[in-house]
Amino acid sequence: MSKIPETLRYSDTHEWVEDLGGGRYRVGITDHAQELLGDLVYVEVPDAGKAIHGGEVCGVLESVKAAADLYAPLDGTVVERNAGLGDNPQWLNEDPYGQGWIMVVAADAAACAGLLDAAAYGKLAES
Amino acid sequence: MSDSIFDHDHHFPAVELPSDIPAELLRKAPLNLPNPAELEVLRHYTRLSQKNFSIDTQFYPLGSCTMKYNPRIAHTMASLPGFARLHPDTPAPAMQGLLQVLWELQEWLAAATGMAAVSLTPAAGAQGELAGVAMIRAYHAARGDHGRRKMLIPTAAHGTNPASAQMAGFEVVEIPNLADGDLDMAFLDQHLGPDVAGIMLTNPSTLGVFERRIADIAARVHGAGGLLYYDGANLNAILGRVQPGQMGFDVMHLNLHKTFATPHGGGGPGAGAVAVQERLRPFLPLPMVTRAEEGALRWLDESDLPQSIGRLSAHGGNIGVLLRAHAYIRRLGRAGVGRVSAYAALNANYLLRELQRVGYQAAFPERRASHEFILSVSDLQKATGIRALDVAKRLLDFGIHAPTIYFPQLVPECLLIEPTETESKATLDRFVAVMAQIRQEALAQPELLREAPHHLPVGRLDEALAARRLDVAAAAQ
Amino acid sequence: MPYIPHDGLETAVMLAAVGVDSLDRLFDEIPPALQVHDMVLPEGLSEMALQRELEGRALSNAPLRCFAGGGAYAHHIPAIVWEITGRGEFYSAYTPYQPEASQGTLQVIYEYQGFITRLTGLEVSNASLYDGASGLAEACLMALRIQGGDKSILVPENLLPGWRRVLDTVLGLQNIRLVSVPYDRATGTLVLPADAGDAAALIIPQSNALGLLESVDALTDWAHAHGLLAVAVVNPLALALLKAPGDWGTQGADMAVGEGQPLGIPLSGGGPYFGFLACRKAHVRQLPGRLVAKTVDGQGREGFCLTLQAREQHIRRGNATSNICTNQGLMVTAATIHLATLGGHGLQRTAVLCHERAVRLRELLTVVPGVSLPYGGPFFHEFVLRLPHAAVAVRDALLGHGLLAGLPLADWGMGEAGDLLVCTTELLEEADLLAYRDALTSVLETL
Repeated sequence: MSKIPETLRYSDTHEWVEDLGGGRYRVGITDHAQELLGDLVYVEVPDAGKAIHGGEVCGVLESVKAAADLYAPLDGTVVERNAGLGDNPQWLNEDPYGQGWIMVVAADAAACAGLLDAAAYGKLAES
Repeated sequence: MSDSIFDHDHHFPAVELPSDIPAELLRKAPLNLPNPAELEVLRHYTRLSQKNFSIDTQFYPLGSCTMKYNPRIAHTMASLPGFARLHPDTPAPAMQGLLQVLWELQEWLAAATGMAAVSLTPAAGAQGELAGVAMIRAYHAARGDHGRRKMLIPTAAHGTNPASAQMAGFEVVEIPNLADGDLDMAFLDQHLGPDVAGIMLTNPSTLGVFERRIADIAARVHGAGGLLYYDGANLNAILGRVQPGQMGFDVMHLNLHKTFATPHGGGGPGAGAVAVQERLRPFLPLPMVTRAEEGALRWLDESDLPQSIGRLSAHGGNIGVLLRAHAYIRRLGRAGVGRVSAYAALNANYLLRELQRVGYQAAFPERRASHEFILSVSDLQKATGIRALDVAKRLLDFGIHAPTIYFPQLVPECLLIEPTETESKATLDRFVAVMAQIRQEALAQPELLREAPHHLPVGRLDEALAARRLDVAAAAQ
Repeated sequence: MPYIPHDGLETAVMLAAVGVDSLDRLFDEIPPALQVHDMVLPEGLSEMALQRELEGRALSNAPLRCFAGGGAYAHHIPAIVWEITGRGEFYSAYTPYQPEASQGTLQVIYEYQGFITRLTGLEVSNASLYDGASGLAEACLMALRIQGGDKSILVPENLLPGWRRVLDTVLGLQNIRLVSVPYDRATGTLVLPADAGDAAALIIPQSNALGLLESVDALTDWAHAHGLLAVAVVNPLALALLKAPGDWGTQGADMAVGEGQPLGIPLSGGGPYFGFLACRKAHVRQLPGRLVAKTVDGQGREGFCLTLQAREQHIRRGNATSNICTNQGLMVTAATIHLATLGGHGLQRTAVLCHERAVRLRELLTVVPGVSLPYGGPFFHEFVLRLPHAAVAVRDALLGHGLLAGLPLADWGMGEAGDLLVCTTELLEEADLLAYRDALTSVLETL
């Protein structure tokens, strides 16, 4: 059973979004996603300043057995990326909601409109 | 600690470099290659070879790989100095012997596949696929039909199929397979149209069963103006009995390193000869061998085949592999070629029954096995969490190479098992006994499987660490 | 029944277990209309008869002293190379997807990767590609992936034409533009282009198709100054003497690719050979083909496994870096053992001998009436001879003297009708060079 924190919002492509206030949102992949992918060995994340568009591919997650696209869960601009992930891709497996965060995005409030709550994501992850 | 060849070094005096080559073009950094003694080299690599599983030493039921015996006479013949020392640019009159072998092989492969013409040049199955889809593209372009950008490929197809189609500039449209293994015909009909160049299939399919509606599929695809490509990976199931040409296929590749017993060599070389119906002959990759009326053999080139898709390698292809395939076919002859599929099917169907008898679940129990079949161990996973990977690793402890696992992706926790016709009943019976034991262990002592293999030079390796650390070359001192 | 072990009794028992009464019944799911029995195939031969027939075919290929190069070379292969490579554990092993059962092959490939990185001076090598020419096509695709956008590739006109045709075929399928870089007809070497256009990479052959050496430092720096990647095309034996691509120019070339056949691989009429491809560590994720890495198992024991497989066709499928599946595993095994047997010292000595023979032969041939040497610049073990008659005719006439005298440039659409590319290797002795001179003199007199 994967962890799905109540306080976060989710995309149907298995990313989570945390509202940091002031129009800033932290993004990562869910526990369910890291379980499916297996041991992650490499992450490609957009640079700070890059615009991302919800539902579009913005990066790559590579594990030993699979390479998956990282989808932007919302429209916005990347303001910060987790620099430590380059040398420590295993944080995505070990602590996907904490140390394994991927990027911080500046977006307006409406950007989260289409996202799922924990219960809805839980149903999706189980199917 | 593994023993590295780079640790075997002896000192030699420096070699004087040629004085007529300007200093700025000569080596700057010293050449840091070791100088082992000949006996050290012999022992080092002989010992390494002894760490390998191989057909020569173990049963290797790898589905879709056709790990049959590689007859040694083929190697001896291909290594004859009269072939081995031939420079590729030797004029044709001075290498009629080799050209005769290649010409015969072209003829025999055309006969076996029911096709009009063969090019032997692609260096591997994947390169054959690339040539095949490139010929489909060239055919449509030559007719002025430039809108056919799509290639239809089943979801269960081998990964090289979509990769090759994409490399040839096509957009891949995946057709689902239904739960019973058949192609989703409704989806096919929906997507056939003037923008579809063709479909890539194999028969028997990657699911190990014969696609019974192939004539119907061929009619629909042809009716919509598309062509059919046959992936020859599973040809062992029908060799000498069914011809892809008769099934309605327009172009195909063969895997000589599977069906025609050339060695796998630890990952190659292969050879992916392509065969076509008459309408695709003008597009075949060069070079090919032709025979003049008076019997003289020569290479065909661009002036003979101006619409050829071109050349895939600098010379004529993997000649040494082609020599081995030729010797194999000549040894078997017509009767022997027919027996290949008959006994491949016998061994597969026998194993399927026996493995079911000891409790394993077949993916398609109501279907005949072709030359291979799929088992699923989802039931073991539900019982004790044991997965196909664990069964595979435990087999290694018994001196049997694991079958193919997790391909095709359609069947969860699957093992794709292909015994081939060169294995004896005794070998198969031992395999069944071992699989029965592993099944007992999976249910009663699953940790034996989870921690397998126990008896090999290494256990399960940390592949994540390998990818993160990326130590891919011994560091120079 | 050759290679099928079943006797009548075993067959009957197995058919009974399956529940059918004949082998034909195993195919009852296949429509009878599709089952064919009249294929035109030869009679099978016993091993003895097969050997006799094929020995005859082998002997009918004229034995010729080889003075031809052009990307495929006649070298001495020490006896132990194929003794070991031909061992069943290497010969009949599969791709090392189950690493615990393949540590032999995996360690061989790891060592091969190490040899190639040391020869080329670049950080990462893959486990091989089909041959040098298709390897170059893969290197171009890799350069385009790295640079992004819809760019072209700069291709020298003095790259081996056979390789250029492969680029045309493979890259042409993806509508990639190849822009020719001309060479100076007087010197035989490349002219630096006026501008780079929208190219992603410059291919730099060392040596070029005429056997001549290019100014690789200037060419590499030019490429980098214009934002291009520098793709070196090199002979692995030559790298024993010549500057490694990793040391070209101020920053070093970005990729090195070439034909590995000189390393212990028999000529065999044109294949199987293998292509090597090396690159910088920063680009490793764009590298096609297999890659072996060192790691540890659960008990801390050192071992080897395939890595970065997520790039490859069996995982990424349509999004893979390449469609490549088999590599040339057996050839890589032979090349690794060949390099180990020669050692760095032996490799250098061999390269020196190859070159010294060429210098000597050139010297001997300049005194043959009517013969000249059109190019005066530095070269490595191959050179162009200009003859007073069509080189094709001279080459054909010399076959009668037991010589494969060289490659007529006219076959490549290069040079003049009398131009012949001549190659020497360590296999040739002084007596062979004198015999060439004498035979050439004699043939030219009669033509």
